[in-house]
Amino acid sequence: MSVLTTPRTDPGQRPGSGPVRPGTVSAPSFHRRRPRERTATDVVTLVGSLISAYCVNWLIFERILSGVDLFGFVVCTYLTFLVIFGVVTADRLGRLVATDRVVTLLVVTGALVVLVPLVVLIGYIVVEGLRALRPNFFVEDQQGITPLMPATAGGGSHAIVGTVEQVGLALLWSLPLGIAAAVFLNESRSRWRRPVRVFVDAMSGLPSIVAGLFIFAVLILPYAQSNNPLFGYNGFMASLALAITMLPTITRTVEVVLRLVPDGLREASLALGASRARTVWSVVFPTARTGMTTAVVLGIARAVGETAPLLFTAFGYDLMNSNPFRGPQESLPLFVYRNIRKPDEAAIARGFAGALVLMTIVLGLFAIARFVGRDRSRRQARAASMPRSTASSSARSSTP
Amino acid sequence: MTETTLARPLSRRPTSRARQESPVTLVGGPPPGPAELEARDACAWFGDHLVLEGVNLRMRAGEVTALIGPSGCGKSTFLRLLNRMHELVPGSALAGEILLDGEDIYAPGRRAQEVRMRIGMVFQKPNPFPAMTIRENVLSGLKLARIRCDDKERLVEESLERAGLWREVKDRLDRPGGALSGGQQQRLCIARSLAVHPNVLLMDEPCSALDPTSTRRIEDTIAELRGQVTVVIVTHNMQQAHRVSDHTAFFLAEENQPGQVIEQGPTAKIFSTPDDPRTLDYVQGRFG
Amino acid sequence: MGVERVPRVVRDVPSRADRRFDHLTMAAGLSVLVLLSLVGVFLLLQSREAIEITGPWQFLTREEWRTDVQPPRIGVLGLLCGTVLVALVAVSFAIPLGVLCALFITEYSTAKTRKWLTATVDLLAAVPSLLFGLWGFLYLTDKIVPVSRWLTDHLGFIPIFATDEGSNLTGSIFIAGIVVSLMVLPIVTSVVREVFAQTPPGEKEAALALGSTRWGMIRTVVLPYGRGGIVGGSMLGLGRALGETIAVAIILPGVPVVSWKILQNGGATVSGFIANRAGADEFTVSGLMAAGLVLFVITLATNMVASVVVARSRSGVGVEL
Repeated sequence: MSVLTTPRTDPGQRPGSGPVRPGTVSAPSFHRRRPRERTATDVVTLVGSLISAYCVNWLIFERILSGVDLFGFVVCTYLTFLVIFGVVTADRLGRLVATDRVVTLLVVTGALVVLVPLVVLIGYIVVEGLRALRPNFFVEDQQGITPLMPATAGGGSHAIVGTVEQVGLALLWSLPLGIAAAVFLNESRSRWRRPVRVFVDAMSGLPSIVAGLFIFAVLILPYAQSNNPLFGYNGFMASLALAITMLPTITRTVEVVLRLVPDGLREASLALGASRARTVWSVVFPTARTGMTTAVVLGIARAVGETAPLLFTAFGYDLMNSNPFRGPQESLPLFVYRNIRKPDEAAIARGFAGALVLMTIVLGLFAIARFVGRDRSRRQARAASMPRSTASSSARSSTP
Repeated sequence: MTETTLARPLSRRPTSRARQESPVTLVGGPPPGPAELEARDACAWFGDHLVLEGVNLRMRAGEVTALIGPSGCGKSTFLRLLNRMHELVPGSALAGEILLDGEDIYAPGRRAQEVRMRIGMVFQKPNPFPAMTIRENVLSGLKLARIRCDDKERLVEESLERAGLWREVKDRLDRPGGALSGGQQQRLCIARSLAVHPNVLLMDEPCSALDPTSTRRIEDTIAELRGQVTVVIVTHNMQQAHRVSDHTAFFLAEENQPGQVIEQGPTAKIFSTPDDPRTLDYVQGRFG
Repeated sequence: MGVERVPRVVRDVPSRADRRFDHLTMAAGLSVLVLLSLVGVFLLLQSREAIEITGPWQFLTREEWRTDVQPPRIGVLGLLCGTVLVALVAVSFAIPLGVLCALFITEYSTAKTRKWLTATVDLLAAVPSLLFGLWGFLYLTDKIVPVSRWLTDHLGFIPIFATDEGSNLTGSIFIAGIVVSLMVLPIVTSVVREVFAQTPPGEKEAALALGSTRWGMIRTVVLPYGRGGIVGGSMLGLGRALGETIAVAIILPGVPVVSWKILQNGGATVSGFIANRAGADEFTVSGLMAAGLVLFVITLATNMVASVVVARSRSGVGVEL
C-alpha cells in the first residue's frame, strides 16, 4: 500500500469551508489513497494456483508419463494454472470477476511473449557479434582472407562504404520525388490524385525482391554483352532498386504527416493572401517538419536493412569498391547474408560482426527518429493522460 | 444473492408518489431502495495538482442533490469520485472517504465494479452503445454485471417508462440506439442506468447538450425518480438546480486553489438566503 | 418553378508561383505514377516468355521447378503452397499475440509502460528482416526443433503436425513461419492498437459505470468497435508475410513442394526462392518474374481487401494502414 502523506499545509484561512458537518474538524493534511482491489487473498490465490499447477504437472509428467518435455511442461503448467486460478477465483468472487482476471493474465502473458523475442534477438546478435568485431572491421576489407584465417581478420569497411553510397543515392532519387508526390496528393486538387494514390498504395505491396529483379531484368540483363560498366552489377543499380522500394513508403508516410497539419492553418495562411505554394512552403512544411523528419529517418532505417533488392543489383564483392557506378559492390546486409551462408565458422562470425554493426546503425537511426519526434509525442502523452473535461477544467482553474 | 424489487417500504420515501410500482425482480443486483452517500474530507488530485479539497457532503437517500458552481471547480471530479470513475484517469489520486450507506466504497478489497453497479452514472454526452439496439442498450447493464432477470421485456418497459422514453420508442425497440435524437439518446442512457436498479444515480450535466424540450423531459424524469433513487446532479443551469433538487451544494475554486464546497443546504435556502456572499453572487448570476 | 438554377462557375486565376507549384507537384505525382506502372508493365512483359513456353495453366498448377531439362518444366504451385503456408503460420501466431499486446497497451498498462511498450513494438518493426532470419536460422531453430518434435510425437495424428518417418525437423515451414510472425507482429499490433485507442471514451465509461468488469467493457465496447481494425490489421500482416523474403530464404531449403507437413524440412516461398537465384539466366529470370507477378497479385489483393475492410468499419475512418 502506498499511503503517502502529502506535505502540503493548510492554506491559512479557508474562508467558508462553510456549514459542513458540524463536529468534524477538517484535517489540515490529507492522506492520499490509492484504491486497491487486490487483497492479500488474491495474491495467495495467484501464487497458490501457480504452485499447485506446477505440482500437478510435475506429477503427471515426471511420475506418470516419465519423461519431461520442457515445452509441453511449460504449456501444460500454464494452462492448468489458468484453469485452477479461474476456478478458485470464481468460487471466491463469482464468474464475472474470474473471467476478468483470467483474461488479464492472458493479456499480460501476450505482451510478455512479444517482448521476450526482441530482447533475446538483440542480446544474441550483440553477444555473437562482439566475438569477431574488432576496430579493424571498420578499416579493412576482405582482401586475402582465406577460410583458415581467424574471424577477427579482415573487415567490412567495403560493406559500410557500399551501404552508405547505395542508400545515399537511393535517397537522392526517392526523397524529392516522394515528398513532391506527397504534396501533390495532399495539397493539390488535381483529378489525377486518385490514380496516383491507388498506384502508390498498390506498389507499397510490391515485394522488395521483385524490385531488384525488375532492375536486373530491365537494366542489367539486356546489356550483359555490352561491357558498359554502368549497366552491370553496381551500386547505382542497387540504389535504383532501393529507390523503387522506398518511393511508395516515403510518399505514403509523408502524406500522412502532411494530412495531420490542421486545415485551419492552411486557411489562415490563404486568408492572409498567401499563394498556395507559399502556404505549403512556409506553413505546412514547418508545421510538419518533425513528423516528416521522423518518417524519413525511419524510411532510411528500413532501407539500410534491405537485403533482397541488392541481391540482383549490387551483387556483393569482397573488396573495397568505392565507385558506385562501376562493378559489383558490397553492402552491410549483403556482407552478412553472404557470410553466414558460408560453411566455415570464421565467416559466420564475421557475418555476426556485420550484423551487429547493421543493427547498431538501424537502432541508432530509430533512436534519432524517436528523439526528433520526441517533443510532439511528449505533448501528446501529457494531453492523453488527462480526460478532456478534467484537463480543460484544471487548466482553466490554474490560469490566472 | 440479493433479491431486488422496486416495491420498497414507503417509510424510506420522503415524497411518496402515487405511482404504480412494477415488481420486476433482479437477482444478483444492488440491494433494494435508495442509499445514502456521504463524502468525508474528500480530496482529488490529477498528478500533483490538487483539484478538490476537503469536501464533506451528505447526499440523503431518495433526495435529489444538485452540485452547482462555475466551470473548473471540481464538481464533475467530485461526482466521478462518488462511483470510482475518478481512479480511471491515469495519475489520479484521492483522499478521504466516500460512504455508501455507511461503508467506504474505497475500502481495501472493495471492487469498483460492484460499487459502480450500485451507483449508476449518466454522462454529459449521451453515450448509448451504437452497435446495440434500444432493447439491448437497456439490458446491457444486466449482461455486463451478470444480473439475472426473470422478465426482461417488462424490465425494458419499466426502465424506459421511468426514463420517460417508452411511448416514443416502444414500436422500434430493435432499432439501433445510435439512431435516436440527442435527447432520446440521453433518456436511453438514463433507462440503461435505471435497468440495474441502482441505489444512486449520478448525473453529470445531463442536459448541457440538449434542447429545452428534451431538458424538460429529463427534469420530469428526475422528479419522478425522487424517493426511488438517490440522485446527484451536476448542473450549470441555476434554474434547473432550483427546479429539480432538494439539496444544493455550491462548489468554488479560488484562483490557483483547489475546489471546495463553499456552502450547502436546502435548495430553497441556498437560492434565497445563502450564508456566504459568494454563493449569493453566483446564484444571482453575478459571476461564473 | 420554371427558372432553372445553375450554379455559377467560379474560377481562380492562379499566380505564377502557384502555377509553377501546381506543375511541379503534378509532374512529381505523374512521374511516380508512370514509374510505378512501368514496373508493373515490365513485370508483365518480362514474364511473358516463361508463361508462353510453359503454358499459363501448367505454370500455375505445376509443382516442380526445373530449368535443367528441355523444355524447362517450371511451375509456381509448390512455391505458392509454401508462401501461403508460411504466411498462415505467421499470421496465426501474430494475430492473437498482436491483439493481446494491443489490448495490454491500450487498456491495461499505465501511461509509462504504454509509452515504452509502444516504442518497443515500433523497434521490433525497425529491426531488419535479415537479422530475424539470421537469428531464426542459427539460434531459434535449435529451440524450436524440440517443440516440433513434441508436437509431431504427441499430436502427429492431426494432418498439419504429421511428419515423415525420421525426417529432419530443421528448415521447416513452421520455423520460417514463427520467424516471419515476429516481423508481422508489429504491424498487426500497431494497426489494432491505433483502432483500440480510438474507441470513444464515453462508451467505455458507460460500460464501466454500469458495473462492468474491464473484460466486460472490452468485450462490449472495445472489441466490437475495433473489429474492422483487427481484420484489416491481420490482412495487412498477411500481405507482409506473403512478401517476406530474406528471412525465409535463409531458413527454408528452397525446394518447391506441395505438402501440408509444415514441421519437417522442405518447402520454398516465391520471394525466398527468387532471392536464392541471383545471377540467373534469361529464361529463369523470366520465370522468376512470372512467379513474382503471381505473388504481387496475391499481395495486392490481400492489401486491397484489408483497406476496404478497415475503411468500411466504424473505427476505420482515419486509420492509416
